[in-house]
Amino acid sequence: MDVTNYVILSSILFSIGAVGVLVRRNAIVMFMSIELMLNAANLAFVAFARANGNFDGQVVAFFVMVVAAAEVVIGLAIIMAIFRTRKTASIDEASLLRA
Amino acid sequence: MSFAFAVCATLSVAGALGMLLSKRAVHSALFIALTMINLAVLYLQLSAPFLGMVQIIVYTGAVMMLFLFVLMIVGVDSSDSLTETLKGQRIASIVVAVGLGFLLTSSIGSAVISTENSLDATFAGGNVQAIANLMFGKYVLALEVTAALLVTAAVGAMVLAHRERINPKLSQREQQQARFVDYALTGKHPGPLPPSGVYARHNAVDTPALLPDGSIAANSVPAPLQARGSIRDITESDNQRVIDLSEGNVVIERGEDGRN
Repeated sequence: MDVTNYVILSSILFSIGAVGVLVRRNAIVMFMSIELMLNAANLAFVAFARANGNFDGQVVAFFVMVVAAAEVVIGLAIIMAIFRTRKTASIDEASLLRA
Repeated sequence: MSFAFAVCATLSVAGALGMLLSKRAVHSALFIALTMINLAVLYLQLSAPFLGMVQIIVYTGAVMMLFLFVLMIVGVDSSDSLTETLKGQRIASIVVAVGLGFLLTSSIGSAVISTENSLDATFAGGNVQAIANLMFGKYVLALEVTAALLVTAAVGAMVLAHRERINPKLSQREQQQARFVDYALTGKHPGPLPPSGVYARHNAVDTPALLPDGSIAANSVPAPLQARGSIRDITESDNQRVIDLSEGNVVIERGEDGRN
């Protein structure tokens, strides 16, 4: 059981998520990319928990999941609120405060 | 590297790339669900069965379905605009992310991670019991804070999603009065719209109803279908065939498969 492979996979997934946040313009897809990054971090936590032989990493991953669920709820509610007023989910349109 | 890891890692990276590259948001959501399921299998391999199950239930079950609900409300075919707001931002961000990935993988790949400790030795009481001992012991304060966070998130979502009604709800009486005012002013018919046509051949909603003179009744086909231009044509031969059938002038010839 080589833990290094898991951590490398997690960093690859994290990088893909980072590209998604930077490149995509649809707010919902950006949100999915953030979820992917959180999941990649979770995978690293679980892999290191395995390597160290204790369960602290798994508990932290569980808390990350709970926080991610709460974040998704609030974020999607905000996207809905913006969509109601602007009829679009593109982040380029929400530039009312631009000077 | 086990076979299961190879399969799950390939599929999860493929799902992540599909999420990144697919133009439609719905496809992105389905691809990311694939990634989540594969990550759950990886958790199971890493002797974290509880987290694997939570991953499937919470992420693929709840979070992705929430995403799909919001996508259905926002509009399924809301595809991404491909115009760059900031010049050169896409290239720059891809370069930065590839660099980040290279940095992470190279530094972690060169690190020595001792895997002498086995989780199985501390597994005696079971995975769930071990996590529960930590969660309600060492991390009990974090658990309490998480509970407060969840309550706050639920209230916040309700506040954000709530919409105040600006106009009072119209009663049936007021709707009728408005309809007849409209009729008096513009001559718009106050009754229901004509239903779609029913013939021997079709009774689908894209079949227009015919007026007594044989012309097509406007409004008998729903507006979205009219906008798409997918109204079924009624030709003269169709009309004649309906008349013949109703008067019993023809015998329905049946093909070999029993259909005419």
